[in-house]
Amino acid sequence: MTAPLIRVQHLTMRFGGLVAIDNVSFEGAPGAITAIIGPNGAGKTTVFNCITGFYRPTVGRLALNHAGGEFLLERMPGHEIARRAKVARTFQNIRLFPGMSVLENLLVAQHNKLMLASGYSVLGILGVGGYGAAERAAIDKARGWLERIGLLEHADRRAGELPYGSQRRLEIARAMCTDPVLLCLDEPAAGLNNRESAELNELLLSIRERDKVGVLLIEHDMSVVMTISDHIVVLDYGRKIAEGAPAQVRGDPAVIRAYLGEDETTPEAAHG
Amino acid sequence: MALSTVAPSAAAPDWPAALKDATITAAIALALGIFVSGFRTFDQGGLKFDYLIVDVLVACVVIFVGRLGLTLSSSAPVATLGLGVAALLAAAASFAAGKSSFMPSVFLSVVCAGAGLLLVIRGGWALAGRSGGGAQAIHQGGSALSQAMRLAFPWLGAGLFTFAVVMPFLPFADQRVMDLAILILTYVMLGWGLNIVVGLAGLLDLGYVAFYAVGAYTYALISTQHGLSFWVCLPIAGMMAAFFGILLGFPVLRLRGDYLAIVTLGFGEIIRIVLLNWIDFTKGPDGVGGIPGATLLGHPFAETAPEGTTTFHQWMGIDFNANHRLIFLYFVILALAMITNFVTLRLRRLPVGRAWEALREDEIACQALGINPTNTKLTAFAIGAMFAGFAGSFFAAKQRFISPESFVFIESAIILAIVVLGGMGSQLGVVLAAVILIGLPEWFRDLGQFRMVSFGLAMVLIMVFKPGGLIAHRDPTIRLHPANSRSGGR
Repeated sequence: MTAPLIRVQHLTMRFGGLVAIDNVSFEGAPGAITAIIGPNGAGKTTVFNCITGFYRPTVGRLALNHAGGEFLLERMPGHEIARRAKVARTFQNIRLFPGMSVLENLLVAQHNKLMLASGYSVLGILGVGGYGAAERAAIDKARGWLERIGLLEHADRRAGELPYGSQRRLEIARAMCTDPVLLCLDEPAAGLNNRESAELNELLLSIRERDKVGVLLIEHDMSVVMTISDHIVVLDYGRKIAEGAPAQVRGDPAVIRAYLGEDETTPEAAHG
Repeated sequence: MALSTVAPSAAAPDWPAALKDATITAAIALALGIFVSGFRTFDQGGLKFDYLIVDVLVACVVIFVGRLGLTLSSSAPVATLGLGVAALLAAAASFAAGKSSFMPSVFLSVVCAGAGLLLVIRGGWALAGRSGGGAQAIHQGGSALSQAMRLAFPWLGAGLFTFAVVMPFLPFADQRVMDLAILILTYVMLGWGLNIVVGLAGLLDLGYVAFYAVGAYTYALISTQHGLSFWVCLPIAGMMAAFFGILLGFPVLRLRGDYLAIVTLGFGEIIRIVLLNWIDFTKGPDGVGGIPGATLLGHPFAETAPEGTTTFHQWMGIDFNANHRLIFLYFVILALAMITNFVTLRLRRLPVGRAWEALREDEIACQALGINPTNTKLTAFAIGAMFAGFAGSFFAAKQRFISPESFVFIESAIILAIVVLGGMGSQLGVVLAAVILIGLPEWFRDLGQFRMVSFGLAMVLIMVFKPGGLIAHRDPTIRLHPANSRSGGR
């Protein structure tokens, strides 16, 4: 295995007396899909919130490595993690900008690049400098993503009025417009029907193949997880109970007991 | 009854239920109103009662008719229409009769006419919706209307601007009209400035008047103590206000919603109280007087020139006219306001403007996209404050005298009301709301005690019929499909 893209070491997160994550370590390879699964309340989203800077971990090191250098995420404020370490994420409850158009959502994602091009707005107001060209490039990029997620003709609609499945895809496209090296997806298949899940699989695989972006994936839908993951980490009560390739994890007795259930074809039974 | 002529799909009106409902409504109104409005005390060698029972009873009849009409509007629109016409006729008869009218007061006649109008509209609307394809036609008409309004917006703006430019030269523009126009434009500018903070960035600022005060005092103190002219002080005042915006913004912008509102409210009061009590510096409650007015290329607007200058009328070789100064001030504030508008419209289309709106929509998502929320909010705060500073220094130059009394909380509240009523983020909405909120109370001075009631009524009506503000429509700042009618139709 090549050097890991992200290396999580001894991550522990306590909220008062509650230990949400207890000494979890795992690695995510570049250009691979690493899934984090486990029953509700296992601490999966807390891991994401630590990686993306919404929480500051109690203990642990989160090291991200890419061509731009090494970043210790636990020491960086959230917006710097997105801007400099190039980690993007989506949310369990979709967080689009509902009142803004689909295209605007994708342009806001390219804010830092455009801000620089507009001379921090000073040149932009005066209408000098290369802002026009930068904006056209940003629109082209947004157009490319809208084509990939099949929303090109809805570009000027308000994001909030899109159907649920489209909003999910748009949120992924928006995260991808920040040019990430690591994309953290929090339950992207939640609430999708079978056809939409299949489309999501395609999209995630194309993000891995075409964009060479590493993906961290939280998901309950085993049809998604088992099909596309390269590596699976299983959490239960904040601890890592298993790790490995899909086939290996699927057969692990501890995982079956804690999460998959005796009949592994109905993983949903374990959520309740 | 003419009811049988309506389309068969209509449910038969339930007359007893409707009558009962209307009776109960009228009875409740009677019970509530009899004590509030039924008696009036007056002082005539001891406190005496004046009985206004008839007024209350007439009001109850109007309420009965109105309620009955509204209840029947879905099942028997013709009856609603009839009741409305009857009410209108009654009101007309009352107006025609003048003093000897059967209505005890003019106010009741007005209410009666309003009720009649409402019923006629409701009845007519329901009737039009009934007849075959009528609903369809109304629906299409409605969307065509909104489409037309959307197309008209830019033209409406251009039209208003043209009108604003020629207004001072129109015959009705006397001193009173010009004064009012300058006042309205000042509030338009303040509304546009606050619109950046509240409408775009979504930061509820209840102390906006503080920055207005900073701008006014900056100009007043610098000009009276160091003799610098208005045009030199204007940018300084803007910078000072922006500086205070950043000063306030740094510690408080991590707060959200209500908490931010309370802190900004406190900041506004702190500034005012400092101005009131720092007597050595600001002259406290006495205020700063003798502030020099704005000059045009160094020529003051005065009857006689101070030493070393020529006045405007001498320079132009025309007779002195006090109106020249007003017209000049009008164009200064018009230019300042249009600069505010231009910069805001421009910023909205730049990344920083989109980031403001994104922050308003979802701060957490912004952070996940690498936008620094604190810096972005600070720019909004500072730019909004800067425009308030410009407006403040104009205010000082126009009034020639300022004191802390001009910068009380109610000013912040009015500016905020202009932004909210206009429709958050809408530039044109701010103009309309400023005209309504500032202009109406001035025009309606003749109404005497009903002036503030009309003000309140206007606000209530706007909020009832247009909960998102006068212009709640938001156009995307950029379109991928410029001529796309599909997105408009949805």
